[in-house]
Amino acid sequence: MTARIAYCTDMEKSVLSNNFEKRGWIQVGPDDEWNFYWAGAQTCRSLFSVDSGYRMNDNQMINHFPTHYELTRKDLLVKNIKRYRRELEREGSPLAARDATGRYIHLDFLPTTFMLPADYNLFVEEFRRNPNTTWILKPAGRSQGVGIFLVNKLAQIKKWSRDTKSSFNPALVKDTYVISRYIENPLLIGGKKFDLRMYVLVTSYRPLKAYMYKQGFCRFCTVRYDTSGQELDNMFVHLTNVSIQKHGEEYNSVHGGKWPVRTLRLYLEGTRGKARTDKLFADVTWLVVHSLRAVAPIMASDRHCFECYGYDIIIDDQLKPWMIEVNASPSMTSTTANDRIMKYKLVDDIISIVLPPDGVPNVHWNKIPANDKSGDFELLLDEELYQNSDHSATHRGKNSDRHSAPRWK
Amino acid sequence: MLRQGLGTNITAIVNRLASELQNTPFYNDFLADVQTTMATQNFNKERFGAECYEWAQGTSLDTRLRNALYHLMHVQPTLLANPDTPRHVLKEPLTYIRKAQSAWERRLVKCVNSMTAELGVPLSRRRTKQEKEEFSDRWASLSTEETDLTMIRPVYAPKDFLEVLASLRNPNYDEAVEENLWGSIQLPFKVNDIKGLVELYGELAYCCKHTGLDEAVAGEYKTNLTLAEERLILGQKVVERNHGPLSRELIKSGCPTSLRGVLWHQVLGLEITDKHYKHFDELVQAVLQHDLLVDKLIMKDIQLTASNDDQYFVFEDILFQVLLCFFRDTEVLSHFEHSSASPPLAVARGNTPSPDALVAYPPCGVIPFHGFTMYAAPLSCLYEDPVPLYFTFREMYCRYWYRLHIVTSHSQGAAALALQFELLLQSCETRLWQHCCAMSIQLLPIVFKWIVRAFSGYLVPDQLFHLWDVVLAWESLEVLPVLALAIVSFRRENLMDVTSQQGAEAVLADITAISVIPLLKLALAADRGRERDP
Repeated sequence: MTARIAYCTDMEKSVLSNNFEKRGWIQVGPDDEWNFYWAGAQTCRSLFSVDSGYRMNDNQMINHFPTHYELTRKDLLVKNIKRYRRELEREGSPLAARDATGRYIHLDFLPTTFMLPADYNLFVEEFRRNPNTTWILKPAGRSQGVGIFLVNKLAQIKKWSRDTKSSFNPALVKDTYVISRYIENPLLIGGKKFDLRMYVLVTSYRPLKAYMYKQGFCRFCTVRYDTSGQELDNMFVHLTNVSIQKHGEEYNSVHGGKWPVRTLRLYLEGTRGKARTDKLFADVTWLVVHSLRAVAPIMASDRHCFECYGYDIIIDDQLKPWMIEVNASPSMTSTTANDRIMKYKLVDDIISIVLPPDGVPNVHWNKIPANDKSGDFELLLDEELYQNSDHSATHRGKNSDRHSAPRWK
Repeated sequence: MLRQGLGTNITAIVNRLASELQNTPFYNDFLADVQTTMATQNFNKERFGAECYEWAQGTSLDTRLRNALYHLMHVQPTLLANPDTPRHVLKEPLTYIRKAQSAWERRLVKCVNSMTAELGVPLSRRRTKQEKEEFSDRWASLSTEETDLTMIRPVYAPKDFLEVLASLRNPNYDEAVEENLWGSIQLPFKVNDIKGLVELYGELAYCCKHTGLDEAVAGEYKTNLTLAEERLILGQKVVERNHGPLSRELIKSGCPTSLRGVLWHQVLGLEITDKHYKHFDELVQAVLQHDLLVDKLIMKDIQLTASNDDQYFVFEDILFQVLLCFFRDTEVLSHFEHSSASPPLAVARGNTPSPDALVAYPPCGVIPFHGFTMYAAPLSCLYEDPVPLYFTFREMYCRYWYRLHIVTSHSQGAAALALQFELLLQSCETRLWQHCCAMSIQLLPIVFKWIVRAFSGYLVPDQLFHLWDVVLAWESLEVLPVLALAIVSFRRENLMDVTSQQGAEAVLADITAISVIPLLKLALAADRGRERDP
């Protein structure tokens, strides 16, 4: 008889507990012998820290990678992507090709970003080159739209930097900030701005195994978009986070401002044509894959770990996607009925993919799930499968008629 | 259409069509174009007529003329009837139905009148200059309009209308002698049974590979492409040809998503020109000039339906614009020529009541009901610009949807479709029907809601579009009860397990997961396996 799986969770969310209960798992505390831990970021920090001395056994799985902050902290993400691009350039890879103005042709999915206060002077240079631009200032380690504001005059930054330098408020001093070029021409639908939330599951970094969830959604602002500059302070116009929009006057809790990606696709195909729409979605996939490849070399690819990221992407009016950020703990709170159904299925599919066929977490499993286990996840890339098929082709001495794809390292 | 008994009066009808065509706005421009192009040709004087005709064959002029005629026949179907038929008979041949529709209209008018009295809001009121300016400023975001609509209730809902239909009786019909009608609808209309429907929708049932079902399958002619890709290439060629009947044939086997907007325009005979933009602007001006009670009704409806809809809430602002304009559009009145309904009339204030002083209220002649917005809502996923959205919605309403909420004996009217559903249920799902009768479960009220809205808001948008493709391609609303039957068949097992009306409603509450084309094919092929049902 198989032993009962024990699960532990840091958050009391019905979409999680319903999934665990339906599999007949029993709930235990963090200090007990758990097999499956759906943890919050804090817990992971302490669990993985050198001081804790905690070693996981072969039958334990946890839902975060130790060094996930390399992807999910805004400043580290920018650093890693910049480094990745430079490396590719040094190797002479065609991926890192630049155009006449110096912009990367294929890897230009991150809005121009600087770290503050470290890159303050670089930022000022850039701002002076393009004085009529708006920038968005975000604390590097926060979420849910906290501490974000927009600036379009150098004076505003100067004032802010004076305030933080002189302030003895430890909270302000601790935060690094990033300042990014604000996307002033977002694609508007029905006159309102929205962003795209896509879920990406990573089960391993070396070899890289990533899956993208087909049921992403758009989060709409409740107020019409206004570029006149008069509404820069109105966060309901600019920030799409549901945690902010929830408090707007126009918030509707039936649909919650969430629009299925499926309908977005239908709308774009009908109004902009299939080719442009297909290109947009291909670009989104491209963006996700390269962001993961950028951090893969420095991620601790612990076999006990998997992680489901929430990618926030903004589409501009030229149908180009821009990566805004990646969340390590995408919200499991459901704001509407449809939301609950979708998130329940999301967790269900995640568990189905990360567990070996016998349903017991096992660090020795090869992490190649059967085809029918992916649910609504689509395989983005699995380097191991790719390498295996490549080797078997050479072993059998067949000529591969695939296009020569770039070699993964 | 033409097959339905034109009789021997073809010459008279053709003459009438020709003269009517000359009255359409299309004709003058067309004639000018023909004359200019012909002036460059060298025709033989003796054989002028024959050569002219030969030359015109297959040119774009020929296509334009064919298109214009094709669409004239659709927009004014009464032109095809026997010219001696009196007008009131053309609108509605059965007297008792005519009486029922008048009674229904009077009831609606009474309701609107009492609403205006209760709320102290006039039917129509000129806006003050300041109000006009304010309204004009907010034109782009009417969803944030702060008018108090809490006291406004919809004039009626589909269930009220169903009650009316269920209470109708034919005075010439002797129930003792004739075949029994066992459902709610007690009207002995002639409707297609499953055999007739299979014949009508033959291609959908058997032959075609439909992109609604077989998108990823290998193409029929180029096996290296998927069906979807192949159809897209074919579709682009059809779009270029710009011939209404040809576009219609393409849609029968599935419409490529990116071409749907333009294909629907070709099938409906819509070519959006500057004249359309001008007309829309005039309507907008009319909205700014006057504030109608009906405005409040439709705004309330949008708030209740589209604003709360997961799929269409994004487009509420554009829907406000489109619908407010619709109720001002007097061109909609022309559809009453072939409808059993007549527009409610009112006297403009200050005029003495006389037949000349009567104007239609609302100006388009249609009083909205709960869910009316949903006829327009799905189109917002096809057209970004309000002008094409508006004219597509208007055209589809005047051709098809208007029959879904009037009392008419037409085979595609709400009563006939409801009857058709009941008869299909009885003949194709006999065991289920018996179970429902035994448990006092009525499926018609549940299904009627879907039918009156043409499933808008119940199916997901891409599936709804497949359904509306079928409506446009076969020019018939009979697919609606067929789909309703197909859904009920699909959920048959669950329905057999329930023992109450609430249970049945719960089973059929959510049809967002339904795939239209596979179910339609199943339902239309169903009659072949009928005898083997245990």
